[in-house]
Amino acid sequence: MTVTPPIRQTGDLMYPGHVGCPGCGAVIAMKFALQALGEKTMLVIPACCWAIIAGPHPQTALKIPVLHTAFATAGAAASGLRAALDRRGDVETVVTAWAGDGGTFDIGFQSLSGAVERNEDFLYVCYDNEAYMNTGVQRSSATPFGTRTTTTPGKGWKATRKKNIVEVLAAHRIPYAATASIAYPDDMMRKFRTARNLKGGSRFIHVYATCPTGWRVPSDMTIAVARLAVQTNIFPLYEVADGVRYTLNESGDRPVTDYLEAQGRFKHLGEADCSAIQAMVDEDWHLLMRKIDG
Amino acid sequence: MKAVLEGSHAVSEAVRMARVEVVSAYPITPQTHIVEALSEYCADGSMDARFICVESEHSAMAAVIGAASGGVRTFTATSSHGLALMHELLHWASAARLPIVMAEVNRALGPGWNIWMDQTDSLAQRDTGWIQLYVEDGQEVLDTTLQAFRLAEAVNLPVMVVLDAFFLSHTYEPVDVPDQADVDRFLPSLEPRIKLDCDDPCAMSQMAPPGVYMEMRRDIQKGFERVPEAFAAVEGAFADIFNRRYGVMEAVACDDAETILVLTGTAAGTGRQVIDRLRSRGEKVGMVKLKMFRPFPVREIRSVLGAAGKVAVLDRNFSFGASGIFAQEIRAALYNGKAHPPVFGYIAGLGGRDVTVDTLETIYRMTCEQAVPEAESVWVGLNPPN
Ligand SMILES: Cc1ncc(C[n+]2csc(CCOP(=O)(O)OP(=O)(O)O)c2C)c(N)n1
Ligand SMILES: [Mg+2]
Repeated sequence: MTVTPPIRQTGDLMYPGHVGCPGCGAVIAMKFALQALGEKTMLVIPACCWAIIAGPHPQTALKIPVLHTAFATAGAAASGLRAALDRRGDVETVVTAWAGDGGTFDIGFQSLSGAVERNEDFLYVCYDNEAYMNTGVQRSSATPFGTRTTTTPGKGWKATRKKNIVEVLAAHRIPYAATASIAYPDDMMRKFRTARNLKGGSRFIHVYATCPTGWRVPSDMTIAVARLAVQTNIFPLYEVADGVRYTLNESGDRPVTDYLEAQGRFKHLGEADCSAIQAMVDEDWHLLMRKIDG
Repeated sequence: MKAVLEGSHAVSEAVRMARVEVVSAYPITPQTHIVEALSEYCADGSMDARFICVESEHSAMAAVIGAASGGVRTFTATSSHGLALMHELLHWASAARLPIVMAEVNRALGPGWNIWMDQTDSLAQRDTGWIQLYVEDGQEVLDTTLQAFRLAEAVNLPVMVVLDAFFLSHTYEPVDVPDQADVDRFLPSLEPRIKLDCDDPCAMSQMAPPGVYMEMRRDIQKGFERVPEAFAAVEGAFADIFNRRYGVMEAVACDDAETILVLTGTAAGTGRQVIDRLRSRGEKVGMVKLKMFRPFPVREIRSVLGAAGKVAVLDRNFSFGASGIFAQEIRAALYNGKAHPPVFGYIAGLGGRDVTVDTLETIYRMTCEQAVPEAESVWVGLNPPN
């Protein structure tokens, strides 16, 4: 029998206080990430919920250095910081950009693409809560089909797909790209350790991070919803080495309705909409399987 | 050692001798020669630095912000649309108190596309918290770039060295290139007052609520208030070694001048000729070459211009719905002073149009002939409508 070791609660690199909402998935993501990355880590955080969660001057919720930066700049600012550390002869510290989906899929996309095309020696983490949460739940290009947000309200719910960011990053042929979920902490921390040790090039981890406030789910459902995303294959957990070698870590076979029905943001969807979503998920899954088999 | 250098290469030479460690830039005419030379230096090892080839100017400034936060000496260069694209991060760099140095080549903004000389790009950034220094010739380009690092690091504020497109960036002049040993004496390696460090963790540029924001802004202003003294000290140290000094502004033949022309950049070089010619005809005319625009040298402006009968300001820039920007600032500086001579504002030389000896003589003549200035800036050298 294999025993999964319990998650270490010691050596936490977050202070007990922060200003995230109750049940914030992005806070849980940070906690796990830092446990795996360790204290020789510097964070670069653009505008996003985490720019607030980390605390206002003169306080900080984190025990490691943090460079807050403008919304569109995580990739570039992290490149510059990496260059400075290289000049200082510090090769141990891992520069980690920590951005939301808006700062990654949308406004920060250009600087991220530029940085990973240069194969900058850093880890870029996107914690994905599938909308601009900090500004009040507006849609991003990470918002999935069918979602109501404050800019896709009522009958105008989002009728286009979510951008597949991991595929886009893999297409840059970076050494490492992976998805991770706060509902699978061992898998997630293993990936962060892998990324930490893979120095010399760009590593990208796409972390699924439930937002109870924006998704209209109870705050005690954060992990359950995150797990359902994996179990329905809406967010399968996998890794891509060098943009071509795919490994599947976690998936499932539950219907998407199990996931959709748990969240207020999808409440308006009818049976036909749910079937359409199931078809999209199936299609994406087959595409992924082709890569994993090949 | 005397060398014939292109203005752009006077910048790159200074940056190399300043032992900058991280350069990040994105190409735009007429800044390209600066960054091409720096790329070459980094590639051939004559400069021990990392050149980050980013995908935009926005990222160029973000990258040097990241690098400067890591505690190393940084440099970037841009022009016109590139500077406009950086705007958000110009604010960021100064409020983060990072001693970044940037060469900015004055170029017009489109549409229509125009790659030539115009000052509106840099002057439109006047409220971003950057020290701005306008230079006249190749030697001043090199000297000011070197000084900019020491000044920036003394006050923890970013510095923009501003040079005219083509008239300066692409013009070859003899330049005295200092010895590296002397430069090292003038500019020791950077000892950052604050930097990101895992052994002493801190958060930089984090959220600043109403209870702290105002004091932070006030601190930046206090930094600016220290600039005149710091600049004088930098110039003194520079003069001790290199025997050259420029001042925040230079008064030429102003002592008994009835009319003073205020000029910037390469127009000041033309102005020197004009002053000689007019003086030889007995005209009581002087010239102020304005070098420092931020912080604005109010004290010096009042003491020199206050004594004049009339002031004529050349603006190679324009603020729509207002007037030339240097003229606005000079009027504002004089207003609460003891003496306030009338300030005549002239717009000339936009988008690369030449400002010749004739242009400046015309401006002088128009100023002499009129008792009081027009409400609006007067546009000089416009082509007749066809
Ligand atoms: C240039 C710019 N545009 C807009 C904003 C406003 N803004 C701040 S955070 C944010 C949304 C962030 O969304 P995301 O990256 O998904 O992170 P989240 O807030 O969801 O954690 C926006 C639009 C900004 N700070 N800067
Ligand atoms: Mg988001």
